[in-house]
Amino acid sequence: MRSNENAKQPTVAERTTAPDPFSGIDLGELERSIYRPRTFLSVVLSLIVTAMTLTALVPLFAVLIMLIWRGGQKLSLALFTQLPPAPLEQGGGFGNAILGTLVMVAIATLITVPLGVLSGVFLAQAPAESRFASSVRFSAKVLTGFPSILAGVFAYGAIVLVTGGYSAIAGGIALSILMLPTIILTSESAIAMVPARMKEASIGLGATGTQTAWMVLLPTAMPGILTGVMLAIARAAGETAPLLFTALFSNYWLSSGGRLSLMQPTASLAVLIYNFSGMPFKNQVELAWAAALVLVVLVLITNLIGQSFSREQNLQ
Amino acid sequence: MLRLRLILLTSLLGVFGVFNACSSSKGNAVKLQGAGASFPAPLYLKWFKTYSGVHSNVQVDYQSVGSGSGVKSFMDRTVDFAASDAAMKPEDMAKVDGGVQLLPMTAGAIVLAYNLPDVPGLRLSREAYVGIFLGKITKWNDPAIVTTNPGVKLPDAPINVIVRADGSGTSFVFSKHLSAISPEFNSKVGANTQPNWPVGTKSKGNEGVTASLVTTPGSIGYVEYGYAHSQNLHMATLENRSGNFVAPTTDSAKAALSSVQLPADMIAWVSDPEGKDAYPIVTFTWMVLYKKYDSKEKLDALKALVTYGLTDGQKEAEPLGYVPLPDNVVAANKAAIEAL
Amino acid sequence: MASLPDTSRIQGPQEVKGWNADQIWQPPSKGQRWADFLFRRLCFAFAATTVVLILLLVVEIGAKAIPAFREHGLHFLYSQTWDPNRGVFGILPEIWGTLYTSLLALFLGTLFGVAAAIFLSEGYASEGVFKILKLFNVQFHPFWGKLPERLEVLLKNLIELLAAVPSVVYGLWGLFVVIPLIRPACNWLHHHFGWFPLFSTDLSGPGILPAVFVLSIMILPTITAISRNALISVPPKLRMAAYGLGATRWETILGVLVPTASRGIFGAIVLAFGRALGETMALAMLVGNANRLTVSLFSPANTLAALLANSFPEAGAKEIPVLMYAALVLLAITLVVNIFGALVLERATAEVEAK
Repeated sequence: MRSNENAKQPTVAERTTAPDPFSGIDLGELERSIYRPRTFLSVVLSLIVTAMTLTALVPLFAVLIMLIWRGGQKLSLALFTQLPPAPLEQGGGFGNAILGTLVMVAIATLITVPLGVLSGVFLAQAPAESRFASSVRFSAKVLTGFPSILAGVFAYGAIVLVTGGYSAIAGGIALSILMLPTIILTSESAIAMVPARMKEASIGLGATGTQTAWMVLLPTAMPGILTGVMLAIARAAGETAPLLFTALFSNYWLSSGGRLSLMQPTASLAVLIYNFSGMPFKNQVELAWAAALVLVVLVLITNLIGQSFSREQNLQ
Repeated sequence: MLRLRLILLTSLLGVFGVFNACSSSKGNAVKLQGAGASFPAPLYLKWFKTYSGVHSNVQVDYQSVGSGSGVKSFMDRTVDFAASDAAMKPEDMAKVDGGVQLLPMTAGAIVLAYNLPDVPGLRLSREAYVGIFLGKITKWNDPAIVTTNPGVKLPDAPINVIVRADGSGTSFVFSKHLSAISPEFNSKVGANTQPNWPVGTKSKGNEGVTASLVTTPGSIGYVEYGYAHSQNLHMATLENRSGNFVAPTTDSAKAALSSVQLPADMIAWVSDPEGKDAYPIVTFTWMVLYKKYDSKEKLDALKALVTYGLTDGQKEAEPLGYVPLPDNVVAANKAAIEAL
Repeated sequence: MASLPDTSRIQGPQEVKGWNADQIWQPPSKGQRWADFLFRRLCFAFAATTVVLILLLVVEIGAKAIPAFREHGLHFLYSQTWDPNRGVFGILPEIWGTLYTSLLALFLGTLFGVAAAIFLSEGYASEGVFKILKLFNVQFHPFWGKLPERLEVLLKNLIELLAAVPSVVYGLWGLFVVIPLIRPACNWLHHHFGWFPLFSTDLSGPGILPAVFVLSIMILPTITAISRNALISVPPKLRMAAYGLGATRWETILGVLVPTASRGIFGAIVLAFGRALGETMALAMLVGNANRLTVSLFSPANTLAALLANSFPEAGAKEIPVLMYAALVLLAITLVVNIFGALVLERATAEVEAK
């Protein structure tokens, strides 16, 4: 400890250029030198990871460019308002398929989001030794590997045969079988990542478990949960096999007697792409590509809408 | 801001609902749902769309899910009619209450398309093409192929055979034909919707085989005429029963069908047609109806629809690559419909 | 006991109007306890639905598979011929194909997926853009200044966009773009290194390698999105502490961040593996559908899901039980893989905890 009481007061010049307290010590450099092996390794790894990410983006751009190039030519408002054309017919659109996909994915989302997120809440709150929770978790993991075609077959037996016909509801239920495990597992993961002290603080303030869940856990975990929901929606929107057995397809609007009918064979973008891309007719194939582009853009829009909701929640 | 977004979202959905309501004008339309083979799908879709356009009170929908799926849906009574290239097995027909009526609606040729850009007019003898699909002939410059193609430079390359991965009427007809002309094929593989091909990479659907043919040099595969034609694939000229080499055209296919006699159940196979101008691989494709319908409106609509297909509809067949039915078949069909 | 302090006048944050401490700084009221009870029961019921669902699925598929089980028994699992006409069925090539393609795709997908997740969570893109902006001295500009953040959001959305592409489109892309693209390189490898078992056949069309490429692209967004979330959720304190101790960037990533986020990353891998095992449409178009047991990357093969997709539409009454049996086997594989994964995780966590 230095005693400065007897030293004269430093001038402004001297105050601003203070004596270097470390002048006698060799600290080396505080900035990293790239020549040191650890730093070099770090920089090299950063470059590698950047290169890998760009490589991962290349197929995305390749697919998108292919979609835009082949499908972009056919983009017009008619796509949204007209019905699918017959072979050798020009023009036409797939408005009914867009509506069908929106309706069926909406049905599936309405079923799976409450089921999945609340199951995730349960799993995240359950004690580690709970065998029931382990079996639920295990079931969800096994369900992730369920082939999409079997979801359709199961829904065919469970719903189509029972109701006597193909319907949008059967399609929605088949899709929800595919969406559910993703939502459960990602919700549980997201809620488990909420720092424990936030939960404990909430309980310390006297909140019940439910209030903690609604006011603390879910809002904090919302970005993670939303990611899971968006991934699930993206997958469901693009699945063909389950819909082939449940909603089949339709060349007409989803209506009966002028009102929206959910109990009829329903068109969907995925099945349209599957059907039309295989036809030996140029018009149909082009429409298939346009439909693929529209589907990808639709999912992107849903994604962005979902993200904007999440940001709102966080601000509040 | 949140509320604004919610309002925006619901109004977007509302717009679609309005779209929906405005577009449908058919209040009491009769809806007919059909499903089945992909082979005739382009033709059926054209028929049904034109028909629905003219008769605004009838909505006909057809989905090409494959002969087997269509027949299964038909047996489960989830559709009003089905379509199949492989007709229907007697045991399946017995399972349907009230009986089943099969109606051959059109016919088509199955071609052997190949990818050899420098060889436009490949001629394959029976020995050659059976050998290729049995795996006995593995190179393009095999003597069996060279002898029938004098003056043509065939590459010393392996033959990439492409077959169907999925069960299909096209496979059934082709394997039936090969079984009819080759006892060895009959005993080794046999006729089936999913034959156990000794060679070949498998692709899904007519379209998958076509795509593989287009992208694989030195390949050969069997597809329905329309698919090969649309991709401008070369089609092999085949040796028929009389020893002539016949290219697949509407006329040669018609010649093959002209000698057919339809029995009472309307199922006939033309596995090895007579006639010197006949193209050897042709097939009918059938529409499958119930003999009894609960709803008279549906029955009348179906009758009218089928009659349309047999009369005006036949004119649409050729541009799409199908073969118009011979007159005796049309007459037999009409008689059968009356009986429903 | 002293009475509770008067909290009625303590006001809450501005954004949540009408809040005062009385409302939550208290033991829960009767209504709230009741709501809690109901909600817990509801969550329990919903969680139980998952178990019920899978039991239902297994029972229904199993019931349909019984005739096949009786007829073929375990021979089904190690026989290699699939001949519907003669009633001879065996799925060993398909079991092998499923595992081989899924594991390879998982390896590739995890490698690139986790790399992309690290890239996104570290914010390299925004750092790079920030440095460029600094060069032009516009880093605090109202529009240009937001560019780094916007770029990050854009990149995140682009990767998630990969998930939005329908599997049919991936199949078509694979057929028309990937296969012709890799064929020259693969045939070169086969020519020069044909003795190596992985290159022992030539690529004549669809095969394992194109299927693996496309499959890994399909599972990449799942791995990246979930891993990125896991990496971002690591408390900033840990990262700062590591930097404070003098670790380089990558020493923190590999030594601190990834281990902390490992539970989330592992969860992502499990989901991705499940997806790879069950992927139907794209593989049916790309894997070549040949019932062959092979290690060669360029040979066509078959997977259980593709077999189901191809055989189901035209399956007759005799074939359906066999297909259901194959489906049960696929579910069993997913089960075994998950058990294995859980054991590995347990072993790894035990090691970490023991330290």
